[in-house]
Amino acid sequence: MSAEEAPAQGATPGERIAIGISFGNSNSSIAVTSFDDKAEVIANEDGDRQIPTIISYVDGEEYNGQQAKQQLIRNYKNTVAYFRDYLGQDFKSIDPTHSHFSAHPKEHDSTIAFTIQDKEEGEPSTVTVSEIATRHLRRLKQSASDYTGKQVNSAVITIPTNFSEKQKAALTKAAADAGLEVLQLIHEPIAALLAYDARPESKVADKNVVVADLGGTRSDVAVIASRGGIYTILATAHDYEYAGVQLDKVLQDHFAKDFIKWHGTDPREDQRSMAKLKLESEATKKALSIGTNANFSVESLAEGADYASTINRLRYETIARKVLDGFNRLIEGVVEKAGLDVLEIDEVILSGGTSHTPKIAKNFAAIFPESTTILAPSTTPTAINPSELQARGAALQASLIQEYETEDIDQSTHPAVTTVKHLTNAVGVLSITGDESKGIFTPILSAETAVPARRTIHINVPKEGGDVLVKIVEGGSHIKVTKEEPAETNGNKDDSDEDSDDEPEERREKIWKVGKVLAEASVKDTKKGGKVEVMINVAGDLAVTVTAREVGAKGGVRGTLSAP
Amino acid sequence: MATHANVNLPLPVLPEGWSGEKDFKAIGSISAATQRSIEPVGPHFLAHARRARHKRTFSEDDRIQAQENAKKVEDDDSGEISEPEDPSMLLRDAKDWKQQDHYAVLGLSKYRYRATEDQIKRAHRKKVLKHHPDKRAAAGGTEDDSFFKCIQKATEVLLDPIKRRQFDSVDERADVEPPSKKAAKDGKYYKLWSATFKAEGRFSKVQPVPKFGDEKSTKEEVDAFYNFFYNFDSWRSFEYQDEDVPDDNENRDQKRHMERKNNNARKKKKTEDSARLRKLVDDAMAGDARIKQFRQEANASKNKKKLDKEQAERDAKEAKEKEKAKAEQDKKDAEEKAKIERESNKKNKEQAKAAVKKNRRVMKGSVKDANYFVEGEAPASAINAVLADVETIQGKIDADETAELADKLRDLKLAADIKKVWTAEAKRLVDASKIKASDIKTLA
Repeated sequence: MSAEEAPAQGATPGERIAIGISFGNSNSSIAVTSFDDKAEVIANEDGDRQIPTIISYVDGEEYNGQQAKQQLIRNYKNTVAYFRDYLGQDFKSIDPTHSHFSAHPKEHDSTIAFTIQDKEEGEPSTVTVSEIATRHLRRLKQSASDYTGKQVNSAVITIPTNFSEKQKAALTKAAADAGLEVLQLIHEPIAALLAYDARPESKVADKNVVVADLGGTRSDVAVIASRGGIYTILATAHDYEYAGVQLDKVLQDHFAKDFIKWHGTDPREDQRSMAKLKLESEATKKALSIGTNANFSVESLAEGADYASTINRLRYETIARKVLDGFNRLIEGVVEKAGLDVLEIDEVILSGGTSHTPKIAKNFAAIFPESTTILAPSTTPTAINPSELQARGAALQASLIQEYETEDIDQSTHPAVTTVKHLTNAVGVLSITGDESKGIFTPILSAETAVPARRTIHINVPKEGGDVLVKIVEGGSHIKVTKEEPAETNGNKDDSDEDSDDEPEERREKIWKVGKVLAEASVKDTKKGGKVEVMINVAGDLAVTVTAREVGAKGGVRGTLSAP
Repeated sequence: MATHANVNLPLPVLPEGWSGEKDFKAIGSISAATQRSIEPVGPHFLAHARRARHKRTFSEDDRIQAQENAKKVEDDDSGEISEPEDPSMLLRDAKDWKQQDHYAVLGLSKYRYRATEDQIKRAHRKKVLKHHPDKRAAAGGTEDDSFFKCIQKATEVLLDPIKRRQFDSVDERADVEPPSKKAAKDGKYYKLWSATFKAEGRFSKVQPVPKFGDEKSTKEEVDAFYNFFYNFDSWRSFEYQDEDVPDDNENRDQKRHMERKNNNARKKKKTEDSARLRKLVDDAMAGDARIKQFRQEANASKNKKKLDKEQAERDAKEAKEKEKAKAEQDKKDAEEKAKIERESNKKNKEQAKAAVKKNRRVMKGSVKDANYFVEGEAPASAINAVLADVETIQGKIDADETAELADKLRDLKLAADIKKVWTAEAKRLVDASKIKASDIKTLA
């Protein structure tokens, strides 16, 4: 808001120094793209890549990040935490539970404010949540500017998928006040997906992805159809009951009970003891994500008594089972909500700090079939740090769009451009035989592909070559459930019924059911061992152009289907 | 999307009797679609937005993007540093770095003094990536890092502006030998000398250096070029070829001696270099067809002036003569005319004289006719008196009056009339106070 920050608005594309910001309820992180388009999360001056979204005032001096977090013990009244979700909300609709151990939010002129002593002397002042967010973002901006050596003036910020327009506007305003032009607000799961897709080794493909963003205070899961690099969110779920703090709470209760056993007092009843317990529990939880054993030790936890203990991962997973199962139900629910089966999910991306917990990834691996890739540090060695995904994605997006005029960005993100038709059924060719009931369907365009779209496949011709039929059909996927019948064929039904007593293993597989025939084409005189290239181009109005030709040959067959 | 999936299951064989117009049979159309919002994120969305906003089809967009990419690739390539490495160079020892060609070590021999700092940095990086001792060790080679040291030394010299200038000063590989007379003969004179002077111009403190030009250069350009090179201000120095000054503190005299020797050597080389350049310019000028041409043109113009002057003189002289002749002619004409006039005047006079004489005779005759205005035989005195009066009157009247008077008198016979005429005449003359009344005695 100072004069030097004001011109940041509407900086011309050439002058933009853009960063990606993941502004979370518990932690924030900032990322920049280096010269070779690699996103890199930057550490703040304390060396933290995950900067706690906390701001604290001691004798008029402002602290943020890890330093502010430490103030939760001694100076909780002047420390503001977990404020991101309060932005742009009215007092009635917020859940202030998480702020019980920090400055309490209050209603103030249809917005939310905190009463904190942010000056050295005088009365405590009332600071709105917007101002708090501005101060926090200003610190992030400063850290990024110090790192890059250039004055950062614009950013792409990630937001949950259920952020309302009002919340978006409040965030944009808070950022603008901090001297940051918001180039775009992007959804957190998409940012995480983008961070993975931007890796040089990843290929553009058609896939269904579940992004589980397990954070400190909330868990958000989204099912995303990724079609040729274009992302469509099919379903989302938001959960405030199963998140990082609940895992902390399990540990808090565990150690508190242990403490009571030894000292007879409950550390959870005292503000300061509770704050210490919370901080240490979180540290222990993080340690358990890395090692199988972790220490828990707090000096003067309650009534001057020190406390030290250890816990192993198995124990932790046992006592936290209730919460961990909650995550499983959440993810299963959202896949169902998207109208898909777990078999149709190709990738699960775990994002957010809580995703470091190995058990969660292990559980997910059990839910999904083996063919599904679970991208979490404990299951995939090449996985990106889940805490950094969103900031990286935001930084990548920032580097993509910072060259464009603000007007260009607005126009490109306009609903007229982003709202497009999506195919309901897959479109593909039949191989082996032209008979619809027996032919094997090979999808070319998957369902939920945004149009206009264009895909090409190469299909073998019969061994001896000759004239071939290219039959373009629609296909629907079905989940075929078969009971495991060891060494049996359908000829012997009686046996299988008897076997079913000892709970037969169900075998589920995805099969294609051939639907409507769209077109037929013939490619004549193909060579032995040759291939036929089939290209399907679906226009924005669903008109289809099919091109079939032998690979390496000239000409080919081309035909058009009119829009329905 | 440029990528495509491969399917191994074979396509069905075309059934017997299948036929379609142009081998294609449209049967149905695609099922109705659902409207959904795609996320405005990622490079592929940008491509989608670009297509949607510019209303391009896939192939159009592909083409436009390909063109843009192609341009970029070209730009990148132009800065590429790739030169084959001379195997003997790789065996160099970094100790004799003074003899090493730093540009060749970095693979910049074609740029030399023109290499930018950025090029040097990139070339260095590229070489380091290739020749780092660790890389060599990993590739199974020895841990011999002598060439790596050469690279480091080359970079050290070339990235230090002072050291680079010293090296460039003695970098003879950047020189272009002046063409021999024979080589310069077959129309390549300008091209060959241009290259030589372009290389020579790199030592100039004043940049840009005028170009050698070609046969179409104007006189001003050529003059500017030669003037520039005759007054060449060079930064070339020869420190690089100094002999090593012993670095020990023991023998100060020896050290000073060496320093002095080096200084003298530098000065000597500098003088030699100036002389060399002067000779070079002299040689170039001697063979420069343009200079000859300009000289000829200059001569031609000088001659032209002289001729012009002579012509002018001749013209002036001619004009003068003409004038003179004309004046003479005029004079002659005038004389002739005057002569004629004179002659005619004489005649007239004579005629007039004769007329006057005749008239006088008439007058005298008239008084004789009148018998001198006396009755009978006139006495001599009367005759004399009358004739004296007549002569007095005749002496006072001019030829015209004489003629008039003679006309009046000619036909008169009567003495009274004659007398009347004479008295009238005398009276007229008295009135005109040409004569006094007392002079007329008888005719009054």
